[in-house]
Amino acid sequence: MRIACPYCGERDAHEFTVRGEARAGTLESDPGREFARVYERANPAGPTREFWYHGAGCRSWLVVERDTRSHAILSVAYAKASQ
Amino acid sequence: MRYSALSLAWNALTGHRGWRPAWRDADPKDEYDIVIVGGGGHGLATAYYLAKEHGLRRVAVLEKSWIGSGNVGRNTTIVRSNYLLPENIRFYEFSMKLWERLEQDLNYNAMVSQRGVLNLYHSDAQRDAFARRGNAMRLGGVDAELLDREAVRRLYPFLDFDHARFPIQGGLLQRRGGTVRHDAVAWGYARGASDRGVDIVQNCEVTGIIVEGGRAAGVETTRGRIRAKKIGLAVAGNTSRLGEMAGLRLPIESHVLQAFVTEAVKPLIDGVITFGAGHFYVSQSDKGGLVFGGDLDGYGSYAARGNLPTVEDVCEGGMALMPMIGRLRILRSWGGIVDMSMDGSPIIDRTPVDGLYLNGGWCYGGFKATPASGWCFAHLLAKGEPHPAAAGFRLDRFATGHLLDEKGQGATPNLH
Repeated sequence: MRIACPYCGERDAHEFTVRGEARAGTLESDPGREFARVYERANPAGPTREFWYHGAGCRSWLVVERDTRSHAILSVAYAKASQ
Repeated sequence: MRYSALSLAWNALTGHRGWRPAWRDADPKDEYDIVIVGGGGHGLATAYYLAKEHGLRRVAVLEKSWIGSGNVGRNTTIVRSNYLLPENIRFYEFSMKLWERLEQDLNYNAMVSQRGVLNLYHSDAQRDAFARRGNAMRLGGVDAELLDREAVRRLYPFLDFDHARFPIQGGLLQRRGGTVRHDAVAWGYARGASDRGVDIVQNCEVTGIIVEGGRAAGVETTRGRIRAKKIGLAVAGNTSRLGEMAGLRLPIESHVLQAFVTEAVKPLIDGVITFGAGHFYVSQSDKGGLVFGGDLDGYGSYAARGNLPTVEDVCEGGMALMPMIGRLRILRSWGGIVDMSMDGSPIIDRTPVDGLYLNGGWCYGGFKATPASGWCFAHLLAKGEPHPAAAGFRLDRFATGHLLDEKGQGATPNLH
């Protein structure tokens, strides 16, 4: 699996750490919604958006769109730009 | 089909033409009392105990492929009950006791082999953690022995005790742990269930769950609509997909876990060894191949195949533990899709949809749970209330804060 980092170019996935489903980072004031934000996952069989951290590279947080059925990378963008 | 020395001899002399299928490959009926989705170990065990312990006969197991084609035939066959939390100890020890009498119960050779599971420790802190876990196990009625370095050396003299980075200081041994032939577990439960009237329906993929007035009423399948009073999901790996059909959003992520088998060698490892400093565990099959595995690949996946960095990582763990396996060739590797729950523990519970029951979230340890999972899920389906051994595995524990997080990792499913 190779991820095209917008800063470093195409790199081996080994350089990155996956942080899971790309969700909003802000706390919810409603307990039910906060529970859903922390614990529930869409977990789709198909395209999904995830946070990846380029720890062995430029140390950017990225949002990677990836197909969970084939591991194909569909798009990569800075996490900041996609918020 | 029953087996005996006589039938074996007779078939050997007559060209093995007398063997018949061990279970009935049933066609689906229009309606059942209970439909189990998923013909893996857990689904078949559930059906078996529904029929045997609760006398329920109008039960079907729906399998999208052939039974045992999923994780029950893809795991590394280890059974153990070396947990820390009381809820998990109770449940997995119940499972271990069921393993111990499984073959007599099923009258089927599942090659249950209590060869011992040894978890190695490599630091003082890890020894303390293992001592604590061993004490918790013994308080829960499970066998556990804390071994020092020399005791481990007597068991496995070939390990790299003086590794520069991770010297072996000792290990926590559960002698009653071991391995079981996984395919035979699926076949044994299937035969037992089928003999008691359960319909095992293969090549029947569930494509929708019918919900009428907030209540599950049946399933749409590739072989037509099947109505049911109760539906049990035992589809670990695909739990989120099935849940979504009933409008549920679950605390589960699907991940790929790889395993490996080497070429066969003479008897070398007579138990199960886990490397405490990395993530590597190994046993030797009766055919002689070393069966081993390690960590998840770490990203969400439904692909049933992993990537090479994890292969390399697992093999490095193996080399650190027992350098002499470096010249063995790997024959096969494969990936299975597992339900990683948000606290690393499973779920056996009702769902917010009446009549729909969930058995999932087994992470990478579902195989050892097979008998108890079936027993407790059958109890829940038949009586509508949780079995005491699985009472902690509630779906709402994430909302109420009653998490069962053995490793204290929090809601990071790829780290459990």
